[in-house]
Amino acid sequence: MECVFGMVGKGFALVVADTSAVNSILVHKSNEDKIMVLDQHKLMGASGEAGDRAQFTEYIQKNVSLYQFRNGIPLTTSAAANFMRNELATALRKNPYQVNIVLAGYEKETGPSLYFIDYIATLHKVDKAAFGYGSYFALSMMDRHYHPDMTVDEAIKLADQCIEEIRSRLVVAPQNFIIKIVDQDGAREHSWRRTTKE
Amino acid sequence: MKLDFSGLESSAPLYGGSNDLLFDGFSAAPAFDLPVTSNFDEYQKKSVQMVKPAKGTTTLAFIFKDGVMVAADSRASMGGYISSQSVKKIIEINPYMLGTMAGGAADCQFWHRNLGIKCRLHELANKRRISVTGASKLLANILYSYRGMGLSVGTMIAGWDEKGPGLYYVDSEGGRLKGTKFSVGSGSPYAYGVLDSGYRYDMTVDEAAELARRSIYHATFRDGASGGVASVYHVGPNGWTKLSGDDVGELHYSYYPVEPATVEQEMTEAVVA
Repeated sequence: MECVFGMVGKGFALVVADTSAVNSILVHKSNEDKIMVLDQHKLMGASGEAGDRAQFTEYIQKNVSLYQFRNGIPLTTSAAANFMRNELATALRKNPYQVNIVLAGYEKETGPSLYFIDYIATLHKVDKAAFGYGSYFALSMMDRHYHPDMTVDEAIKLADQCIEEIRSRLVVAPQNFIIKIVDQDGAREHSWRRTTKE
Repeated sequence: MKLDFSGLESSAPLYGGSNDLLFDGFSAAPAFDLPVTSNFDEYQKKSVQMVKPAKGTTTLAFIFKDGVMVAADSRASMGGYISSQSVKKIIEINPYMLGTMAGGAADCQFWHRNLGIKCRLHELANKRRISVTGASKLLANILYSYRGMGLSVGTMIAGWDEKGPGLYYVDSEGGRLKGTKFSVGSGSPYAYGVLDSGYRYDMTVDEAAELARRSIYHATFRDGASGGVASVYHVGPNGWTKLSGDDVGELHYSYYPVEPATVEQEMTEAVVA
């Protein structure tokens, strides 16, 4: 199943997601990028139903861009998170989006932040978050080894430990993972963790 | 004890689901009781049926250095009955784009025809051809809006546009994937095996056609819902061309010819006394 997790460090936030696109027992591709770059300083890692994931994240991205065009300044991470939650909540009782989201952002004034947004429109501002079957392993790993104000190297090391744990303990572990980071220099891809080439 | 396959299964349609329980996870996971004692055969049958892709067909497409190769079988089945051995599963959207059919035949044919209309309208409005990305997005958005209403479409859009060869997988659950190699249908796991082991990016058109044909043949050999004729199309910079359409039964004997068995002892006529 799809694993997405993230954590906040000193002046940055990290989001890690698996890159498999699966249909029942078939792996259609193992290099699907599920962490969308919302804007200059925001990352959105999404997991859930195939169609919903792409459609909802693109809808949010276009609306975030629209706000920036209309008002000349980008949305804050908190505002983007609440907008997302509102969209999920509005659709919830009619036509729910089955997507779980980890939103990471960086602002000059408030620094890095991480938001946990559930498919039933739960919103929490957190230091570490995880979704999917991988969360069973990643959450306790992060609870044990996380401390506030980690450096990038420490955070990457913790992310690697989580990935290792998922790989060795999850029965249908995803093959590849992608790590993206957001800090004062912007949101960008950090690295991949591959076991297969494609 | 119920095995939980919810992680492996994409969710069941929302409408008509269990509306009284508000969201136990994403959806009621398809499951069946693990047998405690006898009838292991029934359990095996049920578990294979549950994970096998449902759409009774085999289609595949892949990108290589000279374009896109698209291939499909031609069998239509209704449960255990073969209703046709000559269904056209590769649909010609326009002279440079092809779509494959898996799932409901009517759904695929109608929506591909509809997509062809929209592509032509785009051409007329914008004075340039639509890209494969755009065409697949049009189809994906339409299918997404009908999500949960029972459409069954598992299609690949293959074409050649200004950016070169393009291949997208689009299905009725609303998923859309860009890729270089896809196979869709109940025979797809079998086809993937042959396709993955024989694939190289720098194949010639003939080698790629043979790989596509062989993959379809092997899938029809093992999958009961696939058979008939293996059609192979090639999409190049000047549009698509149909390369071959071979009956898989005949392909079998060309790949595995029957050795004339050496006769050890001929029967001789009984001597009439």
